[in-house]
Amino acid sequence: MPMPDATTIARDRGEGLLFWLTGLVLLVGLPVLNVLPDPESWLHVSDFALNRFGKFLCFAILALGLDLIWGYTGILSLGHGVFFGLGAYAIGMHLMLTIGKESVYGSALPDFMVWNQVKELPLFWKPFYSFSVSVAAAMLVPTLFAFVFGFLAFRSRIKGVYFAIITQALALCAWLVFNRNETNLGGTNGLTDFKQILGFRLSEPGTQRALYILTVLCLGAAYVLCRWIIGSRTGRVLVAIRDSEQRVLFSGYSPANYKLFVFVVSAALAGVAGALYAPQVGIITPAQIGVLPSLEMVIWVAVGGRGTLVGAVLGAVGVNWSRSVLTNYFPELWPFFLGGLFIAVVLLFPDGLVGLFAHIREKWAAGGITRKPAPSSETGGQEAQ
Amino acid sequence: MKAVLGIMLLGAATLWGAGQAFGAEGPRGTTAAPPLSLVDKALADLSSGDQARQDAAVLLLSEQGDPALLPKLEAIRDNADRSVRLAIKPLMDLLRNRANLSSPDADQRRSAAADLGSTGRPVVVPWLEAALATEPHRWVRYSIEESLALIRLASDNPEDKRRAAVKLGELRSQNAVPALKELIQQGGAADATEQQKTLAGAARAAIEQIDIWASWANAFETIFRGISLSSILLIMSLGLAIVFGLMGVINMAHGELMMIGAYATFVTQECFKAYLPAGLFDYYFLVSMPVSFLVAALCGLILEATVIRFLYGRPLETMLATWGVSLVLIQAARVYFGDLTSVVAPSWLSGGAQVMVGVYLPYNRLFIIALSILCVAGIYVLLFRTGVGLRVRAVMQNRDMSSCLGIPTRKVDAYTFAFGSGLAGLAGCALTLIGNVEPGLGQNYIVDSFMVVVTGGVGKLMGTIVASLGIGGLNKLLEPSFGAVYGKVLILVLVVLFLQRRPSGLFTIKGRHADA
Repeated sequence: MPMPDATTIARDRGEGLLFWLTGLVLLVGLPVLNVLPDPESWLHVSDFALNRFGKFLCFAILALGLDLIWGYTGILSLGHGVFFGLGAYAIGMHLMLTIGKESVYGSALPDFMVWNQVKELPLFWKPFYSFSVSVAAAMLVPTLFAFVFGFLAFRSRIKGVYFAIITQALALCAWLVFNRNETNLGGTNGLTDFKQILGFRLSEPGTQRALYILTVLCLGAAYVLCRWIIGSRTGRVLVAIRDSEQRVLFSGYSPANYKLFVFVVSAALAGVAGALYAPQVGIITPAQIGVLPSLEMVIWVAVGGRGTLVGAVLGAVGVNWSRSVLTNYFPELWPFFLGGLFIAVVLLFPDGLVGLFAHIREKWAAGGITRKPAPSSETGGQEAQ
Repeated sequence: MKAVLGIMLLGAATLWGAGQAFGAEGPRGTTAAPPLSLVDKALADLSSGDQARQDAAVLLLSEQGDPALLPKLEAIRDNADRSVRLAIKPLMDLLRNRANLSSPDADQRRSAAADLGSTGRPVVVPWLEAALATEPHRWVRYSIEESLALIRLASDNPEDKRRAAVKLGELRSQNAVPALKELIQQGGAADATEQQKTLAGAARAAIEQIDIWASWANAFETIFRGISLSSILLIMSLGLAIVFGLMGVINMAHGELMMIGAYATFVTQECFKAYLPAGLFDYYFLVSMPVSFLVAALCGLILEATVIRFLYGRPLETMLATWGVSLVLIQAARVYFGDLTSVVAPSWLSGGAQVMVGVYLPYNRLFIIALSILCVAGIYVLLFRTGVGLRVRAVMQNRDMSSCLGIPTRKVDAYTFAFGSGLAGLAGCALTLIGNVEPGLGQNYIVDSFMVVVTGGVGKLMGTIVASLGIGGLNKLLEPSFGAVYGKVLILVLVVLFLQRRPSGLFTIKGRHADA
């Protein structure tokens, strides 16, 4: 597991290069390939592909936050779908309101309210007429919610398996509540049929391209933020909490505050991811925030490699890409694949893809003669025993 | 609920009646047979096509009320057109119900009495009175009395009406509420006579009596439902809690082991259907209980040997891996069995016991409660009264020390895991009694049972029992006023708040841990 020690400085240079290169490809390369080449050319990136990739990058933002809390701090949260959903619903509500009279029923109210015979816009919907309020809400609501929940959980020293279960129950409850019609959040069908954002049509490729670029920028910012946190003193305390919480406690730190901080940051990142997701995908339903999606998010991080930010991004994009390929060709096989991935990642390559690459590189460097033992990763929850 | 039951019973009774030969056994207190020719003439009139003659015939035959005519009526119906069929349907129902009043099956007598009461025809009064005089069964008597009072309540004689209202109040008859309300309305009208006002007073008193009783009955049923849910949660959580207490592992595939138990029950049932005589079918459930326990235990053993064994000391990773296992198992069940299969409850578990007016306890729920008590007793004996249990408890308290003292901890782990899995299988077997067998079966209860484990604390049987009673009971208690969803949300909030005071659950093993 890479700890921020002396050896990281050398790696940092390589990583910086990688960061700018990837950023350049994502930010300039793909959009240019989307616009310039002839649609028939093999170089061309279709609008659909770009849009889909934008979706994956949203997930990558979320995965960064999750990696921060799980990979670096050793706290397994199975409820991040909720924060993602809160962000997505906040933007989704704004987009619903901007549909205006274009809706199927021609009413100023969202369609689902017309079905449910709601005559007047509920009070909590009113602030979402404003775009800036909605964007703020997409970050603040998950943050605030995570703060309250995290405060209660960490204050009473709920950790390890207990914390995972409580957050899972949270995901279940959120799913149940968002599914209800009387909460006026669209019920099972969620929020959909968005038309425009800030006056730009969402069906225009240009709008989607702009959203994609925004997503890449946000991902870059999130990456820098996470890198900064990890490099700071706080980051060291977080890793220390992962490795032995008791020792941190007895050294005079208050793990609860650090944990709360990292939980809130990762919830905010999830909210941002949701806010970028809703306009690009065009729908947000309770199915995306329940128990299973929340668990899947964890597996992205695990597949990519916990405790490495690159791994989180890689995992989110990789798993979702294979998901969209597999569900396209073998819809019945996807659950087997996903389940197998859960088992395989945990049992066979606990350091994920990044760990696997590192292992292969080490072998390569050693010329395949002197075999080094696989790096053991005993992260998270040892002290729960 | 009672009304629905009544309708279902009525349906069953009608079906049964169609297949019976009535001539053999006449009803008690048959009136003197009328001249044959008159009956024959009426029978002929039925299909005459003349409305007036038809009506007169139906009236005459209803008053005769001779169930022996049923076969003949059936013959007429089979050859007649729709209007005739419609005309003689009430007549046939009446006769059939009269015949059923003397059926050997108490349920049938009861539904017949209730049906006759709901016709509201004075003709049936003597039949009911005759039946009442000889009826031995308590709840059938109750239904007959209720029906009689209902018919009298609709009569013209004010004194009869008043007495019927009082009687219905004493009977706490929920069925009478609409009629009584109507009486109150009449009494409250501006042009009400003195008689109507007295009647309204009696009706009001009766409704009050009925309502008070209904709220008690309701409370009782809520408690029962709470206990019933708790006992399911308990059987599930026991296995989970023992494994968690011993190995610190939360098995996310526990719900799927339960599903395996349910499918084992289903397969046992199908085998009984296919290979054994029909007379033995009712015993399949007795066989399926050990079968589902063993199958799930075997799966647990395999799971432990192939996955969990490699993850000791890494509880969070174990959660993820077992969740992966559960995904695979669910999808495998979906592919192999399809989406919906159901188990037929054995006849000795269908139906239920009526303990008081308006309170009906289904046998299958009672059985599950009994099973959970049995499980708790069995686990208690196993853990606290046997050598094996002693070893398990020793490993639970201090793994290293036990290992030093020669206890094969890995073996203890494996067998305990298998045992916990078996309990899940048993829970699944019990669940088939109250629901469909489907691949997602385990998911419905799993989060609740995790909460039970977290709330109950590690390593203490009592904690699991109290927590599942608490969470199950609260669930059903909150459901009527908050709805199922908000009830669940409220429970999560309560659990989180509860953990503020007791971070490691209700009961914990005392020790010198900084973690506690």
